[in-house]
Amino acid sequence: MNDKQRWLESTYGPAIARHPERKERFTTLSGDPIEPVYSADDLAGFDPARDLGAPGAFPYTRGPQATMYRGRLWTMRQFAGFGSAEDTNARFRYLLDQGVHGLSTAFDLPTLMGRDADDPLAAGEVGREGVAVSSIEDMARLFDRIPLDRVTTSLTINGPASILWAMYLAVAEERGIPLASLGGTIQNDCLKEYIAQREWIVPVRPAMGLVVDTFRFAAREVPRWNPISVSGYHIREAGATALQELAFTLLDGLEYVRWGVDAGLVVDDFVPRFSFFFDVHNDFLEEVAKLRAARRIWAREVEQRWHPRNERAKILRAHAQTAGVSLMAQQPYNNVVRVALQALAAVLGGVQSLHTNSLDETYALPTEGSVTLALRTQQIIAHETGVADTIDPLAGSYAIEHLTNRFEEGFARIRDEVDAMGGMVEAVERGFPQRAIAESSFQFQQEVERGERIIVGVNRYRVDEEPPIPTLRIDPAVERRQVARLRDLRARRDEGRWRAALDRLRDAARTGAERMPAFVECAHARATVGEQVAVLKEVHGVYIDPAYV
Amino acid sequence: MAVEHEPARAGLKRPIRVVVAKAGLDGHDRGAKVVARALRDAGMEVIYTGVHQTPEQVVATALQEDADAIGVSLLSGAHNHLFPRIAALMREKGLGDVLLFGGGIIPEADVPGLTAAGVARIFPPGSSLDEIVTYLRAAVPATRAR
Amino acid sequence: MTLEARLAAARAGDARATARLLTIVENDEPEAAAILRATYPQAGRALVVGVTGPPGGGKSTLVSRLVTAYRTRQARVAVVAVDPSSPFTGGAILGDRIRMRDQFLDEGVFIRSMASRGASGGLARASGRVVGVLDALGHEVVLVETVGVGQEEVEVMRVAGTVCLVTVPGLGDDIQAIKAGVLEIADVLVVNKADKPGADEAARDLQMMLTLARPRAGAWRPPIVRTTATSGEGVAELVEAVAAHAAWSAESGDGLRRRREAARVEVETLLREALLRRLEGRVGRERLGDAVARVAERQIDPFAAVEELLGG
Repeated sequence: MNDKQRWLESTYGPAIARHPERKERFTTLSGDPIEPVYSADDLAGFDPARDLGAPGAFPYTRGPQATMYRGRLWTMRQFAGFGSAEDTNARFRYLLDQGVHGLSTAFDLPTLMGRDADDPLAAGEVGREGVAVSSIEDMARLFDRIPLDRVTTSLTINGPASILWAMYLAVAEERGIPLASLGGTIQNDCLKEYIAQREWIVPVRPAMGLVVDTFRFAAREVPRWNPISVSGYHIREAGATALQELAFTLLDGLEYVRWGVDAGLVVDDFVPRFSFFFDVHNDFLEEVAKLRAARRIWAREVEQRWHPRNERAKILRAHAQTAGVSLMAQQPYNNVVRVALQALAAVLGGVQSLHTNSLDETYALPTEGSVTLALRTQQIIAHETGVADTIDPLAGSYAIEHLTNRFEEGFARIRDEVDAMGGMVEAVERGFPQRAIAESSFQFQQEVERGERIIVGVNRYRVDEEPPIPTLRIDPAVERRQVARLRDLRARRDEGRWRAALDRLRDAARTGAERMPAFVECAHARATVGEQVAVLKEVHGVYIDPAYV
Repeated sequence: MAVEHEPARAGLKRPIRVVVAKAGLDGHDRGAKVVARALRDAGMEVIYTGVHQTPEQVVATALQEDADAIGVSLLSGAHNHLFPRIAALMREKGLGDVLLFGGGIIPEADVPGLTAAGVARIFPPGSSLDEIVTYLRAAVPATRAR
Repeated sequence: MTLEARLAAARAGDARATARLLTIVENDEPEAAAILRATYPQAGRALVVGVTGPPGGGKSTLVSRLVTAYRTRQARVAVVAVDPSSPFTGGAILGDRIRMRDQFLDEGVFIRSMASRGASGGLARASGRVVGVLDALGHEVVLVETVGVGQEEVEVMRVAGTVCLVTVPGLGDDIQAIKAGVLEIADVLVVNKADKPGADEAARDLQMMLTLARPRAGAWRPPIVRTTATSGEGVAELVEAVAAHAAWSAESGDGLRRRREAARVEVETLLREALLRRLEGRVGRERLGDAVARVAERQIDPFAAVEELLGG
């Protein structure tokens, strides 16, 4: 029996016999047990040189870079987008003025689903959840007066990612900006769509092909661009536990590497530009540990599977967003506190860029006031708390290191299961991650309803009368204007060039030839998102989801 | 002498049948799936339609399945367009006595308009599964009795 | 509206009328008997195809493809999709429709989901009645889909004139788990997801199981058809195989034998139940309850109890 066990028996046990613990069970937000105390006994066999390393050194537990926030703060990148391209452009320029370091674009549902603003299914949805972009001209308006070679942009788009990225690149070309000077990210993570976010177009394997095509193009033509942001955020928001979020994300990442390698790409060339995107939820310790474990696991897995010569292929760079699902409609100002604490966990977890949610996002897209407050939250953490002044300050904490180890062990179990199935594409086709998530989300809801999981203001500390808070309303005229613009664009464009571009795309899609150059030409020829997607659907069919409940 | 009709499922009451739908382009189905499970656990038969259903598809399903209620989950902000459309189609197809209820991200201010358009009940964020079950258990027998 | 009017509307394609009639029949509501008697003479004309097999086999997608295939032949098609109910709560999530979403708005297609509603039995009878009504209302093809793992689901398949058992590659030893009862009633064996590795092995396994199984009445050897439901490959062959079986069944007397057997079971069961009810009526609940109690207390044995009840 070690010291800790002795203490639990002789001191803690009797203490709680006299005065019971305040809850029957103590678990992390993900349902894993959390002990009264952690000590050196929980880190038996822990080798700091092997398991921690130095910042910027294998296995990167302490951070991807040697200088981390001492050299440069994380990128404060607030996701924005609503209404028309002009509306969002104004918000972008406002945010840049307020001090964001980079832009992140939210597209509306029709765009996300590859449909134009005048598509019948787009009715009522144009400009609501993000900005409506149907053509290169909308993209140009979106980035009006924004220096594309000096600002990095994230395009949060998946199914039609290649198409929208091509439009962005085409805008740069039309402005005379060399592609090699562009920096940014496209989310472009199709696997998590089938698993969680459900924004898909074509079936799984053709979608993987499109993703690999972007890896090839980026490595060659846009070397400062991250052609993928392998995402766990949506998986977590769909109800996964922290471990499931971590495991499925990293396994997705490994699957993308494998497909790239099978397509003839070299790990050293394309994997360094992978980026990752995690959720940061309420359980502070768990989230810090999760982010650290992610880096260590990625480094070890990539090393073991491919032994790349380029060390940067083993370095996991992460963007994080505070958990949307933790925002509550009741007593919305509580959300400011939740976001601040989640953001702190992200910083202590060593993320490279961060988006903080606004307090009013359970009702609507954020107002200018609330998005400013969300940004200030990051700025206060950066400049007033001191946590950014020393690297990975929680390292060595018994609890944190134990939890980090536990994540790695849990990952290994899930990895083995998925490997036995033949990889993530197979697992997705069998519904494995989807079912796991549905199960976790149902269990969580039950915990909440039984009162085992307290949500302040919702199932405890409620207030009956609540004053309303101002929310953003989308002008329905946006939809009408977009439809008119599309009509006008179609009338003006060079039909010959347009037709030829779509034919070229169709051929490339059929033969598996490089598609990105075809997408760029389509952008220049003023082919719309919906028109290009129609070609892809023609060639590859449409994905039908089996819906695992 | 007339032989009595032999019931197939003697003694089993007709369960409540609910169509749980995600209409429009919004694919966030965590809530819809959790509700579907809860209704099943409450003894109801749930026809889950999956995501990206058009109003026409939702109503066609409810029609063929002879559903007592349709529950629509919407987080995309398109509720002011989609709910009235579904309600109108329901009336057109003779489903006027089927309950239309919904949940998701629907601001308080929009509820009266939806009610006027024919939505029987909206469950705002933070509603418990229990509330939904209780509501259906009370409301469905009432509509069946009509 | 009178029953005749509602039946006429349903026959003419009114989906609401059809749906309401099916609800009454499925739930034994007061009008059920009248509906069954009115529709019985017109049933027996549809091609009733059963599709069953272990979960994960892609059955629903395959059924959706079959619907499309039959629709191109201008047939009115109905689908009855049976899913298990929770044994604890009695509720069910019926999700088979999802794979058929492209057909929701086709007026020539009627899709109905049914839950098994627990182990108390009656699923086979209820689904049989639903199929019969759909048949009588003019659907030329009725597809019945179940997850073929329970004895009940096997019973459901007896309503079909042709039963397709759908398996997939990679089941390995799980293929042995397919109840022998299911294999015996299968008229067409399907290896779906035939594009995946292991399709040949799966076909061989099925072939072997057929050879080892009891020789079947008559000369029908179930063909093994490979399909890839997601792409539609093999579906035309499946339709042909079903048609071939249906034709053989009609010519060889197998169909007649099946119908006789089904009729025998139905009539005998109804007779047995009717007689039992009549007797129960005569005997009375109290005397019956009394006898049961005495048997439980071992004051009297069951045979003597029945003699007493019948004699008295």
